[in-house]
Amino acid sequence: MNENNQTTSLPKTPLPVPKDYASDRDVRWCPGCGDYSVLAMVQKVMAQVGLPREKIAFISGIGCSSRFTYYMNAFGFHTIHGRALTIASGVKCANPELSVWVATGDGDALSIGGNHFVHTLRRNIGMNILLFNNRIYGLTKGQASPTTLEGKITKTTPFGSIEHPVNPISLALGSEGTFIARTLDRDLKHMQEMLLKVYGHRGTSLLEIMQNCKIFNDGAFLEFTEKETKNENVIFIEHNKPLVFGNKKDKGIKLDGWKITVINIDDGKNSINDCLVYNEKSKELAFLISEFYDRQDLPMPVGVFLNIERPTYEDNMMRQIEYTKEKLGIGDVDELVKGNSTWVIK
Amino acid sequence: MQDEKTNKNHKLNDKNNKPDVMPVEDVTIRFAGDSGDGMQLTGTQFSESIAAAGYDVGTFPDYPADIRAPAGSLYGVSGFQIHFSSHDIHTPGDQIDVLVCMNPAALKVNLKDIKKGGIIIVNEDSFDAKNLDLAGFKTNPLEDGTLGRYTVYELPITKTTLQVLKDLGLSMKEAEKCKNFFALGLVYWLYNKTPDFTLNWIEQKFAKRPEIVEANSRVLMAGYYYGEATEIFTSRYEVKKADLPKGTYRNINGNEAVALGLVAAAARAGLQLFLGSYPITPASEILQSLSKFKNYGVKTFQAEDEIAGICTAIGASFAGALVATTTSGPGMALKTEAMGLAVMAELPLVIIDVQRGGPSTGLPTKTEQSDLSMSIFGRNGECPMPVLAAQSPSDCFHITIEAARIAIKYMTPVIVLTDGYIAQGSEPMKIYKVSELPEIKVIFQKSREGFFPYTRNEFLSRPWAIPGTKGLEHRIGGLEKQNITGNISYDPENHNQMVKIRDKKVKKIADEIPLLKVNGVQSGKLLVLGWGSTFGAIASACENLQKKGIKVSFTHLRYLNPFPKNLGQILKQFEIILIPEMNLGQLANLIKMEYLVSPITFDKIKGLPFKAMEIENKIEEILRT
Ligand code: SF4
Repeated sequence: MNENNQTTSLPKTPLPVPKDYASDRDVRWCPGCGDYSVLAMVQKVMAQVGLPREKIAFISGIGCSSRFTYYMNAFGFHTIHGRALTIASGVKCANPELSVWVATGDGDALSIGGNHFVHTLRRNIGMNILLFNNRIYGLTKGQASPTTLEGKITKTTPFGSIEHPVNPISLALGSEGTFIARTLDRDLKHMQEMLLKVYGHRGTSLLEIMQNCKIFNDGAFLEFTEKETKNENVIFIEHNKPLVFGNKKDKGIKLDGWKITVINIDDGKNSINDCLVYNEKSKELAFLISEFYDRQDLPMPVGVFLNIERPTYEDNMMRQIEYTKEKLGIGDVDELVKGNSTWVIK
Repeated sequence: MQDEKTNKNHKLNDKNNKPDVMPVEDVTIRFAGDSGDGMQLTGTQFSESIAAAGYDVGTFPDYPADIRAPAGSLYGVSGFQIHFSSHDIHTPGDQIDVLVCMNPAALKVNLKDIKKGGIIIVNEDSFDAKNLDLAGFKTNPLEDGTLGRYTVYELPITKTTLQVLKDLGLSMKEAEKCKNFFALGLVYWLYNKTPDFTLNWIEQKFAKRPEIVEANSRVLMAGYYYGEATEIFTSRYEVKKADLPKGTYRNINGNEAVALGLVAAAARAGLQLFLGSYPITPASEILQSLSKFKNYGVKTFQAEDEIAGICTAIGASFAGALVATTTSGPGMALKTEAMGLAVMAELPLVIIDVQRGGPSTGLPTKTEQSDLSMSIFGRNGECPMPVLAAQSPSDCFHITIEAARIAIKYMTPVIVLTDGYIAQGSEPMKIYKVSELPEIKVIFQKSREGFFPYTRNEFLSRPWAIPGTKGLEHRIGGLEKQNITGNISYDPENHNQMVKIRDKKVKKIADEIPLLKVNGVQSGKLLVLGWGSTFGAIASACENLQKKGIKVSFTHLRYLNPFPKNLGQILKQFEIILIPEMNLGQLANLIKMEYLVSPITFDKIKGLPFKAMEIENKIEEILRT
């Protein structure tokens, strides 16, 4: 290698642009589907952080959102229903250098794949999970999902759902996740911010995206996404910031012992100083706030619920391998096959 | 007292009291007792020391399904059988020459397996009213003539053990636990073998507890000298060493052989090994073993369920590792959908099924060969997969390597069938170096030039293009692929073509698998055809009959899909095909379908392996008609 060569032969790689991450396949979600904005934003964020395409492994299960894989110009594996997280776990263990992403839905991740959801999060395997929650089965055309609300009429609940839905954020917290966040398909700025944090976190990052299914559950999140109602119904949680919301930022969350109350911070009696200050390092707070879910009296929280550090599964795995190699010496397979007790027949 | 008993029980030995050393050809010994009596350890020790002394050995442990069955009960009986011989043997033995039994329940359970005139060594101290009752003996079998046709030695094993340890200050419980070593010492003496192997082992194993080393060694030697000093035994036996092919040997059971086979295959291929698995009887030992091999770079992933076990493996295969998943019947059932994905995605994967009694939970600790049909057919869609089967404990090593080789060469998942019998049974294995193993060539796609995920080479396999390789970004998945490009395709003609390509790819493997050899006459009246773990019993049966001049031939399948190319030709050479199987005739069905012949099936679905004698009898019965 001569120095000259090195300096002259390296072409300047142009900075990536979002479309570098788009595959040549036509995107085939229904017009108006919330998935489009997520796809665009993921491509934008990847370009923003300059992620090399060949380092990306995008894994998905089955469902509308799982088609995501085909639209990314990256290594992709569109697998089977519910199992994306397990396949992604194997990919990451085999090659911890890769940036592993999972696109999954409420049916895929929380119903058929519920078991894997719990165990992937507790293991803290390095991957970014985008959980598209549209509270319905879209690909199979409109059956109730585990996040479908009680009383909801769907094709399989013609008289209204009699089931109580799961709360994905609380489930993730109960599963010992280390990064847990929620965003909205129609708040691009917030989604971008969340995706950047998802990418920045080491370990399993879970981002629940409240995503509108135009065809089978249109308007499920309308009150959270529409200008007129959004600020009154959504609370943006931010690290080290007091929990305030409302069109005029006049409402706050107060913790009174174990009781949560919504206070008016402009009423002279209460002030912003009475509001709970959020801390994304606190699991207790995360549990508390995650329980604001489908509650008439409390706003829906979006943002980062929890962002803590814990060694990742793949780091521990590699560390143990290195440690044993150091302690016992690099294994000689011929010796291993021989074992401790041999005899020779001449 | 002692003499009276000896006289009463020694109908066969009327010469004198001085033990001679009598030469014998082969011997089958079973140690049996309560699951807390340490019979597995005793058996393992004896077999390893015998194997290390240069004998051909076959072993079979038989332990209770209940982890903590009540002491003294029939379902708490644990046994370990050892067959060793001066010639090449294939099985752990049919009938028992010597039964060492530590309690009445062990006697009750094992009595039916002892040869007429065989030796029974009992721990008389355990034959009290309570234990007799637990074993369901109305009267004491040592006194009521039940054992009249055997040579019985009643020894005060517990008492003697406690006696020799009384100055060591061990608790009663600790001291009593040593009694299995008495039995072991005695059997060493009986077969004219030194107990050194076990003495060394005790020293190493309990290095940190010198009092236990002392206790176990003392009891072992007490057993050894008991034979010599008491003059109860009128004979000792000597088995001539076997004439095995030259080489270095070790003793190995099937599960350990699979684990080592995987490590060796990865080393041969130059790949990292990844195992995704979930604990299940009787396959868990493979996961346990591999999880110890961290300093060999082995990655083991104990998944949350069987499905995650195979799926993590598929993910790691996508990323370029040699991968495997290990399981038994119920786990196979759960993994089937993911196998379909591996077939569709055309990724290499080794699936080890250590078969057990089914259906459902079935007989977890017992052996069966009933997952063959499932392995060949049990998936949705046209979903062909190569299926191999190990024929003995040591063959588990070689067949696993062969499965890895085929998986990588043909980019396909491969099923390996073993079963509880060979997984836990052991035999000597000739040791090979990694460099002596069949070549496993890995070609990762590097160049972008003309790269498409579903182009094919002459073996119809597609390129392995792993994430991290610049310029090869592509998408695969479970949806039907367009030929060559790998894009999703619903085109009818394309699907038709792809189904046929996948089928042809697996069929083409027959071009390179070794042709079957027939042992015995090459054509004639009767061919015994077997697969998997029945090899030992079939080979022994046929060789025994051949020695008697009876014309019977046999051949054995290790490749079940595809079959060796000459199988059809071989079947045509015989009037009658007999297929012994531990199922209702699953291979027989495949043979009927493929070759339009009607074999006679000989089934045994009792959770137990075939005995050579049973097959011999069946052959003779067929030849008489
Ligand atoms: S069915 Fe719903 S979720 Fe699926 S693509 Fe259409 S709009 Fe989107």
